Amino acid sequence: MDIIRIEGVAKAYGRLQVHRDLTLSIRKGECFTLLGPSGCGKTVLLRLIAGFESLDAGRIYIDDTLVSDPRAGINLSPDSRNLGVVFQDYAVWPHMTVFGNVAYPLKLAGVTPSELNSRVGETIALVGLGGLEKRLPSELSGGQQQRVALARALVAKPSLMLLDEPLTNLDANLREEMRFEIKELQRKLGITVLYVTPDQEIALAISDRMAVMDGQGRIRQTGGPWDIFERPADPFVFNFMGIANFVPVRRQGGDFLVGGGGQRLPWNHPPGGDAPDWVAGFRPSDVVLARGGEGLRGVVRRASFLGAMMDYLIDIDGASLRTSLETHAALADRLMFAEGESCVVGFRNLIWFDARRLGEVAKR
Amino acid sequence: MKRIAGKRGIGAAPIILFLSIAILVVVVAVPVLLIIFNAFWVNGEFNVGDIAKILGEPDTYQALINSLIIASGTTVGSTVVGTFFAWLVTRTDLPHKRLMKGMFLVPFMLPSFIGALAWKMLLSPRAGFINRFFMLHFGFDGPLFNIYSYAGIVMVEIMYLFPFVFIQVCGALERMDPTLEESARISGAGLFTITRKITIPLVAPSILSGALLIMLYSMAHFGTVAMLGIENGIFNIPTLIYQRIHQSAGSFASIRTGTVLATILVVTAAFIIWLQGKILGGGRYQIIAGKSFRPMELKLRGLRFPLLILCVAYIGFTIVLPTAVIFLVGGLKTYGLAFTWENLSLDNYKFVLFDYQLTKDAIWNSVTLGLGAAVITMFAGVMISYVTVKMKVRGKGILEFLGMLPFSVPGSVIALGVILAWSGKYGVNLYNTVWIILVAYIARYMAFSLKANSAALEQVHDSLVEAARACGASMWQALRDIVLPLVRPGMLAAFFLIFLPSLRELTVSIMLYAPTTRTIGVAIYTLNEDGETVMSAAMAGIALILIITGQTLINRFTEKTGG
Ligand SMILES: Nc1ncnc2c1ncn2[C@@H]1O[C@H](COP(=O)(O)OP(=O)(O)OP(=O)(O)O)[C@@H](O)[C@H]1O
Ligand SMILES: [Mg+2]
Repeated sequence: MDIIRIEGVAKAYGRLQVHRDLTLSIRKGECFTLLGPSGCGKTVLLRLIAGFESLDAGRIYIDDTLVSDPRAGINLSPDSRNLGVVFQDYAVWPHMTVFGNVAYPLKLAGVTPSELNSRVGETIALVGLGGLEKRLPSELSGGQQQRVALARALVAKPSLMLLDEPLTNLDANLREEMRFEIKELQRKLGITVLYVTPDQEIALAISDRMAVMDGQGRIRQTGGPWDIFERPADPFVFNFMGIANFVPVRRQGGDFLVGGGGQRLPWNHPPGGDAPDWVAGFRPSDVVLARGGEGLRGVVRRASFLGAMMDYLIDIDGASLRTSLETHAALADRLMFAEGESCVVGFRNLIWFDARRLGEVAKR
Repeated sequence: MKRIAGKRGIGAAPIILFLSIAILVVVVAVPVLLIIFNAFWVNGEFNVGDIAKILGEPDTYQALINSLIIASGTTVGSTVVGTFFAWLVTRTDLPHKRLMKGMFLVPFMLPSFIGALAWKMLLSPRAGFINRFFMLHFGFDGPLFNIYSYAGIVMVEIMYLFPFVFIQVCGALERMDPTLEESARISGAGLFTITRKITIPLVAPSILSGALLIMLYSMAHFGTVAMLGIENGIFNIPTLIYQRIHQSAGSFASIRTGTVLATILVVTAAFIIWLQGKILGGGRYQIIAGKSFRPMELKLRGLRFPLLILCVAYIGFTIVLPTAVIFLVGGLKTYGLAFTWENLSLDNYKFVLFDYQLTKDAIWNSVTLGLGAAVITMFAGVMISYVTVKMKVRGKGILEFLGMLPFSVPGSVIALGVILAWSGKYGVNLYNTVWIILVAYIARYMAFSLKANSAALEQVHDSLVEAARACGASMWQALRDIVLPLVRPGMLAAFFLIFLPSLRELTVSIMLYAPTTRTIGVAIYTLNEDGETVMSAAMAGIALILIITGQTLINRFTEKTGG
């Protein structure tokens, strides 16, 4: 059953058309991630769902209640949509203590003082802020402020939470920790979470399902994280899901030749179309590197030591690709290349794209 | 689990918008429009020829010229004095610079009409203490200096207005990036050249803007000219408006002259403000960074002590001497007696505070009017600022314009507009009641409140309100629980910015008072006019104590809260 249904939504600011004909639904109880580059309209969509902005066209249902429909003149105010919202900038109230912030939704709901105390206490403990109840937001770190925002959104036990991930203010470790805590909470409490982020790693890590949005606010693909990672619908999604290599390939008779040279691509699954020019897409991690044997002969153009990883830029008859492998594995398998050395390249996985469609990748 | 349910009720937004527009239209727009309407419309016809005729009358013409002479003199004088002292306390090694800087700001606290009153006691041609002293002891035939003159008026205005330039230039000099000067110095320029070629051009916008502020203030200034000019037949625009309205008790001809003069004041003021905006908006100003730097200091060497003595003498002459005279005269049994112990007592002060109905009323009126105006304007200001800063509505620019209009509308114009609007012609008659003064105060001080409150509101990020809405708060609840507590410092600032000036207000209340609705300023002025000099001085002394106590309390308070 769908808890949010977005049908044909459009939103523009003056000349800037952020969303046009956007359709998306989110199922009850799932953790759904909306992934897209910065400025693509993620926050705008959350604000539309929460009721802070009005639609130009389309409809939004929450829990099967029509909450926004400009044609019918329906636009439920944010306070009657029963959502928990965590804002990109936290929006923790600076004049209230941690306790005051978290207690506010319950006060509005008219909860009795004893219940209020116990529920606020529980929620504060849940997000790991026990003992900091009396602090003011100015006395908290960025991560702690985010927890306050989270607790505040959770305390009224909403069935649906909207989370806008902050890009800054949190160091990488803390961010990771928070994400898993959010996921934990979602499972434990059985709520639906709509999580918005420009970071594909987090999307893959915590989502039950996810959607990838492009810079123009169009949804390119919706599905489980593994689906999207393994079977990206188009080069945009592919590119967005990790550093991608795109190697030009020419069809010559039944053979597929790499770059400007005459070497055949060592891959047994030809593309489904009959176009003459193709592009083979693969992740750096899908490259198999060797000193000799079967495969494409290439030259290491650049070798970068990144600590735990070795990063190589390899040239094959004018086509270049990047690969990386763990330093200790490279040492063990004698795969430490110097610049100018020759090497042999094979593939674990590879996806075909029609070369004419690749222009879109360049735009990203 | 709660179900989603639609709540219906009248939203906060339309109510706030409607109230904001209503307040500004009624309090600001209507009075100003009525003035312009009355100036141009005669018997239902548009009539410009009449305006030329009115301006051609010798009295009006002379008042215009006088306003210009006095304002020009005051502006030039204050700019020179203000810039010089500002430079002295920021860019030289003058001893006790901080203390001196504080002292130069004291005239901000002294109402200039009280200063004028003091100078009248010191330098009136026949009875002035200084003049008499010189005539008695040095055999002068006539007075040393006649304060009832253009020079006298200009001198007194300079004494009490120069801080406008002083504070602007101090600020600019302190914020100026010293590397600009240092690089000039490295390339071999002497300090004098640097000052002339680098420093002065850089602070010129601040000097000019301070000068224009003084011009604006002086053109529309009532108190000093009323105290010192009327005696000798010197009127400027505001005093002429006052005299006409006052003498003729609101006859048609006097109202018309008043509105024409008021229109001229409004137009001049608007022009000055526009010019100031242009100067400050110019790119050159950006060279001054927001940070505070440690500026380069000029070594005064042998001039250090002479210049310090000059500063002390200036402060003694313009602040200490007049204040002392006010308090001393306030203690005299009769004006004209010598300042000996037998002649001095606290009786007048006691009488003014506890027994004299007129002054008791005046103190009560000023305090209640000040409180009322401050509270109302504070709340109205936060509401209107909310519309202009936070709400996305079309045409809010008009609100902003209306709110800031009183900045360029001099007090006497506001008073005249209020008379036109609230004298019963349009259904409500507040004339001769305190309410008409209250309405005028609200109009006059609205801009202060809008400035303070919009600055505070800018700091309240929209998402703070949205977070409350998402938590289930209605718009009203979000305003009450989130916005109001966060803008409280701005509201408090607005309160004080209104309460203190209204305690010493003269220009507006002198046009609107009735026998029982005198304010402190009106009481001092009318007592003096009626020859009750000692009572007038005693009242002025008490006003000074009130003002200084209030200011000190506020300074304490704002230091504590860090705002
Ligand atoms: N109130 C507004 N008025 C005008 N333009 C807006 C407004 N809000 C957003 N936009 C524009 O809409 C586009 C989408 O903005 P949005 O905030 O949704 O991006 P985002 O996907 O959340 O980006 P990020 O990941 O950086 O937060 C941007 O180009 C932004 O400039
Ligand atoms: Mg965003």
